[in-house]
Amino acid sequence: MSEATKHAAELLPGLVEDIEVQGHIIDSLILPKILDCICAHGATFHIQELSIGRQRDDPSRALVQVRASTPEQLQHVLAEVAHHGAVPVVACDCRFETADADGVFPEGFYSTTNQRTEIRMNGRWIPVSGQGMDCGITIDASRGAARCVVMDEVKSGDPIAVGHGGVRVFPEERPRETHPFGFMGSKVSTEKPKGAAIRQIARELAYHRATGGRTAVVAGPAVVHTGSGEFLCELIRRGYVDLLLAGNALATHDIEQSMFGTSLGVYLARGAPAEHGHEHHLRAINRIRRAGGIRRAVEDGVLTSGIMAECIRRSVDFLLAGSIRDDGPLPDVVTDVMQAKRLMREKLRDVTLCLMMATTLHAVAVANLLPAWVKVVCVDINPSTAIKLADRGSFQTISLVTDVAPFLRALVEELSSTNDLSRPAEEMTDASVRADSRQPGTHRWT
Amino acid sequence: MDMNEQNGRPRILMCPPAFFGIEYEINPWMDRRRSNDHERAIEQWTTLKTLLESLGATICCLDPVPGLPDMVFTANAALIFRNQAILARFCHRQRQGEEQHFRDWFERHGFELLELPRDCFFEGAGDALFGGGTLFAGYRIRSIVSGHRRIAERLGCRVLSLELVDPHFYHLDTCFCPLNERAAVFYPPAFDSYARRALSATIEDLIPVSDAEARRFACNAVVLSKTVITNEGCPALHRELRSRGFRTCETPLSEFLKAGGSAKCLTLRLDGEDAAAWRSDRIASAPSCDESQQSSTGADSNVISTRVC
Repeated sequence: MSEATKHAAELLPGLVEDIEVQGHIIDSLILPKILDCICAHGATFHIQELSIGRQRDDPSRALVQVRASTPEQLQHVLAEVAHHGAVPVVACDCRFETADADGVFPEGFYSTTNQRTEIRMNGRWIPVSGQGMDCGITIDASRGAARCVVMDEVKSGDPIAVGHGGVRVFPEERPRETHPFGFMGSKVSTEKPKGAAIRQIARELAYHRATGGRTAVVAGPAVVHTGSGEFLCELIRRGYVDLLLAGNALATHDIEQSMFGTSLGVYLARGAPAEHGHEHHLRAINRIRRAGGIRRAVEDGVLTSGIMAECIRRSVDFLLAGSIRDDGPLPDVVTDVMQAKRLMREKLRDVTLCLMMATTLHAVAVANLLPAWVKVVCVDINPSTAIKLADRGSFQTISLVTDVAPFLRALVEELSSTNDLSRPAEEMTDASVRADSRQPGTHRWT
Repeated sequence: MDMNEQNGRPRILMCPPAFFGIEYEINPWMDRRRSNDHERAIEQWTTLKTLLESLGATICCLDPVPGLPDMVFTANAALIFRNQAILARFCHRQRQGEEQHFRDWFERHGFELLELPRDCFFEGAGDALFGGGTLFAGYRIRSIVSGHRRIAERLGCRVLSLELVDPHFYHLDTCFCPLNERAAVFYPPAFDSYARRALSATIEDLIPVSDAEARRFACNAVVLSKTVITNEGCPALHRELRSRGFRTCETPLSEFLKAGGSAKCLTLRLDGEDAAAWRSDRIASAPSCDESQQSSTGADSNVISTRVC
């Protein structure tokens, strides 16, 4: 298991139980005793709720989440704190109903968020895998495993969680430390300094590369139009990119640029339109189609440079998802949107960092598939895109409003000049976070 | 003495030791090989009763029951709050037979009964003592802490739960005795560190007792206004108390120490302990003790070696 994956695993809810203690727990020091007891047994706690009586005779109440490393440790802690009146919060098992048709959930199905989720089965909490928002939850009873299932993949007869009983969600926490970049704590703005944030992002990229994490890049064609394709190529060559998610346009204009020196018919070197340049991208598509695809074109020497060529040479996985606006499209484009969505979900499974640049629709599509704990960097010149992605109910998102070209140039420079990149960056934070971390983010971006 | 103020004398429930004996071992003091002297036990109990009466208390006697030797320790019968009796739920099956007899007595005498769930162990005034407006409640050995919350909800008072850590001092009244609203006697090693801190933060004048006197059950004292009654052999505590203006009495209770009890364990204050703040506004119609219910033990009222200092 890579360090980054391990890091993610440590954050999983795992062995967690909520306990409640009531009474005059402050004056009698019962609450501090319970908290000390939890720590003394090697477990950790998080006070979720604490209400203190207003008058001396009023009781107080604390809801405390206990996290342990092993089942034995958890049971030991629970048994010990029970002596002091702390009892697990009464919970029921998750209820399931059978799907009565393919692609249809039972009425009252539990609709997931992008937050870590557990369900209770036979008195035990088990994690839900493949977390994503707007899914259902199904189980494999024989393995005692639960996973998210999307609507169109549900099969008649599948057990599907219904209601909210026996389901618990773990919202991502706001970093306790003051974020070193104060500007991250406010609304996305075009009037914020970018240097420190880019340095931060460089550290994140380096950390995930160094520790075996998996970084996905979601890029729009503006990366090529603005002449910054070469910077993305550099990131790929240096091993900072593990997965590229894009549409027909990015690949098409990248290949056009490689073959004709233009993007959308404009010479990138001079910024001047080429004669009949508007045909270039069609001719590029046509050559790739004739070659039998991007890989064959690279292997046959038809395509020799650019983002897609670097992906082929560096064995960087990519997925091009199509749309009805596409010219061609390139043979590599997946034109069945449901198939493309399934593939995206599959490829995003182990991603630990996602860099979204100069794309609205693709960024939204990918973000909808990501669990809340994956760090996301969104760079777009359109503030509404940045805000939309920043408002994903997570403290794990950085949004920058900027032209992608200076961003990528500065990022590559930072990666070249930063010495110690082996440590993780300070906690990234959402540019427009909400104060209440207990409310899971379930926004769907459209 | 102000025994007769507020419409009455102190009323105390006792149970003659007719069937008292060491028949089982449920605390470290009990040893069936070291049986008690029955006659001496009756003498000691009678002496205590006479002493309390001489100090103005009315003693209500509960009929002893064969096979329930610890029924003599009436402090464990219930916690009294005004006209309410929160009945004991004994931890050990050997004492659970007492519950019905205590229940009947309180019911017959007009108390409003409060019963905790079957598995919510709570050993009455043995583990719950008022000091001012606070109910100090021991747990972990005989009573469980979850009962404290129920009691707090019912009585609407602050309950400080105190963890007991020494099996020799298995009830709160073996290691803690409120004297009035601001002072109490206690034996620190019987409590865990959190309980000691909570007591220090709550009680203005905490008087510690030595190991030796704690083992003489110095804390298991009966307080009647400004008079404190203990077993023999607690001179240091008595000096401390006298320096604070209390009168002290000692009376021999060695036979009961063999079962892990002393003066306080043998009594239950039916009109509320003097240290309880609620006594100051107690209702005049608090249940009274019908003299006709007092039973005869066959013991007389000889006073032996009782000293009032």
